[in-house]
Amino acid sequence: MAIRERMSGNEAVAYAMRQIDPDVMGAFPITPSTEIPQYFSQYVANGQVHTEFVAVESEHSAMSCCIGAQAAGGRAVTATSSAGLALMWEMLYVAASSRLPITLSCVNRALSGPININNDHSDSMGARDSGWIQLYAENNQEAYDNFCMAMRIGEHKDVRLPVMCCQDGFITSHAIENIELLEDEIVKNFVGKYEPENYLLKKENPLSVGPYDTVAYYMEHKKQQAEAMKNAKAVILEVAKDFEKISARKYSFFEEYKMDDAEVAMVIIGSSAGTAKAVVDSLREEGIKAGLIKIRVFRPFPASEIAKALAHVKAAAIMDKADSFSGCGGPLFAEVRSACYGLDSKPVLVNYIYGLGGRDVVTTDLKKAFNKLLEYAKKGAPEETYYHLGVRE
Amino acid sequence: MQEMTEIRWHGRGGQGAKTAALLLADVAFNTGKYVQGFPEYGPERMGAPITAFNRISDVRCTIHSNIYQPDYVVVVDETLIASVDVTKGLKPEGAIIINSAKEPEDLRASLSGFSGRICTIDANRIAEECIGRPIPNTPMLAAVVKVSQLLDDEAFLKDMEQSLAHKFASKPQVIEGNLKALKRSLSEVKG
Amino acid sequence: MKAAEIKETLTWKELTVAGEIAEGGTSVLTKTGEWRTMIPRFIPDKCKQCMLCVPCCPDMSIPVKDGKRLDFDYDHCKGCGICYKVCPFGAIEFEKEEK
Repeated sequence: MAIRERMSGNEAVAYAMRQIDPDVMGAFPITPSTEIPQYFSQYVANGQVHTEFVAVESEHSAMSCCIGAQAAGGRAVTATSSAGLALMWEMLYVAASSRLPITLSCVNRALSGPININNDHSDSMGARDSGWIQLYAENNQEAYDNFCMAMRIGEHKDVRLPVMCCQDGFITSHAIENIELLEDEIVKNFVGKYEPENYLLKKENPLSVGPYDTVAYYMEHKKQQAEAMKNAKAVILEVAKDFEKISARKYSFFEEYKMDDAEVAMVIIGSSAGTAKAVVDSLREEGIKAGLIKIRVFRPFPASEIAKALAHVKAAAIMDKADSFSGCGGPLFAEVRSACYGLDSKPVLVNYIYGLGGRDVVTTDLKKAFNKLLEYAKKGAPEETYYHLGVRE
Repeated sequence: MQEMTEIRWHGRGGQGAKTAALLLADVAFNTGKYVQGFPEYGPERMGAPITAFNRISDVRCTIHSNIYQPDYVVVVDETLIASVDVTKGLKPEGAIIINSAKEPEDLRASLSGFSGRICTIDANRIAEECIGRPIPNTPMLAAVVKVSQLLDDEAFLKDMEQSLAHKFASKPQVIEGNLKALKRSLSEVKG
Repeated sequence: MKAAEIKETLTWKELTVAGEIAEGGTSVLTKTGEWRTMIPRFIPDKCKQCMLCVPCCPDMSIPVKDGKRLDFDYDHCKGCGICYKVCPFGAIEFEKEEK
């Protein structure tokens, strides 16, 4: 029986962590993810979990702690945001290249500077090439569900990669909304035990982890990592299918909203996808064939699937809540446009940088972007494809 | 009730406007609604003007922006009226609920031409007399319920009794005071 | 896969995941003694067993047993000469190694 509840996105993730009962949590507080270790340390203090909570002195240490714990054969989790994730940077790569399936809850917040505590995706987008699987949530429900699925994906023998579960800071992390929780036993059984083949502390067969790679080995191990990321695609779908059986909620690489006959579409990540759905609905009422693709899995990037989903569209707006300062678009735009390169008839694709540093993403702004698309669908591609939405001109 | 009710709260950091918004989300949730309760975040400072929001509906609302055209505005601290445009975007058929000892019409002149319904409730006095401290949260919550008719009075009181009993299990005198404040607020809200 | 089985000829499919080695303490298998051009010589008669050389050796190539240092572990000594520099009693000589 699903449990009808209301809670914030942060509490939902902490709740999932309690149900999973990991071996180790290494965490350092940073707004807006602080509540996660805060809730979780209460569970530890109450004896509701068996987790060793390690209060470290920095995020670099938090990730190092998780790496050590996971390599030792435990299941390790952490939570962070913004500068905290940035301080983990070096160790994010070590976790991924050591193929340690750590689970990280990233509560997305802008990177400084200028200093800002509000939401955008610059923190996790900056870590997109670190070798972590990245799942993004629209709301508290998806934040909870993604966290419940993360370990099954990351720990799969064909994958063995760390997983970053992202949700929008404050917008979903601190908003109380309805949620359907699963019962403790169901989650526990779904996630299962962490049983790596070999690990540091296995006394009958100890292991050496993270050896120096000379030129003769480094590239082979990087190729392995690339293959693991490719393998993750099938595993993500397999885990989603199993999750549907216990939750009746469907997940894939992305959600297609009213895309079947869509002529103009928006590709977007996170909480603003919900706001954009309301815009799609109102456009549909006006007889405009609008649709939306909400990216759930950004790493591995579902390139061929995205291309297929956009093949019949005349024009699409690719929405980036982070800039990559390439001078020609954000990270999602680069991926989507590259994915569509092989299409015979390519849709007009434009990029909008939006919602940086907590800039409120409102229906009227998103509607403006759709109206532009209708114009491009008629008149063809504009020369400039890199725009900012909701900025004072 | 219309499809969705949107409420904007104005208060000062530390006064509990956010807590009141989350409490309202709680009680609406308990009657089977879909709810959103969230503050507008920034660096938090005690005494600085803050806003919080509620969306209450029968189907899940997917919009995740702030609220610009609220059905109701709640002002937890009367002094904010002078410095914040509290009626901005407020629907003319909606209402503003102000924590004040004044008569509603006495406040109209300071509400930048708002022509809709104005309600007042002396939440500080009620809180002082019933709870013993000037914490306007609970009486404000009851006033919003009464004015918006989001919930049936009796159902609201029953639900609050349960959640207070849960929250203050070791302090029964607090429960009684809060319930008294809620009841008084339901009957004393003007306008 | 044990350290001895990991070879530069193996493909990415054959190598262990992330370079994991199914045993511990594998650095002893790398005989760094082959890199040596200069060699320290231990002169037991002059040694007072002060133990200053032992922690100064960067390669743990001065074995200690029952509180006494023994002769060098030439399989791993790289011939850096630090021990020779720190010995206060001239109990370590340092010379060109004839191979």
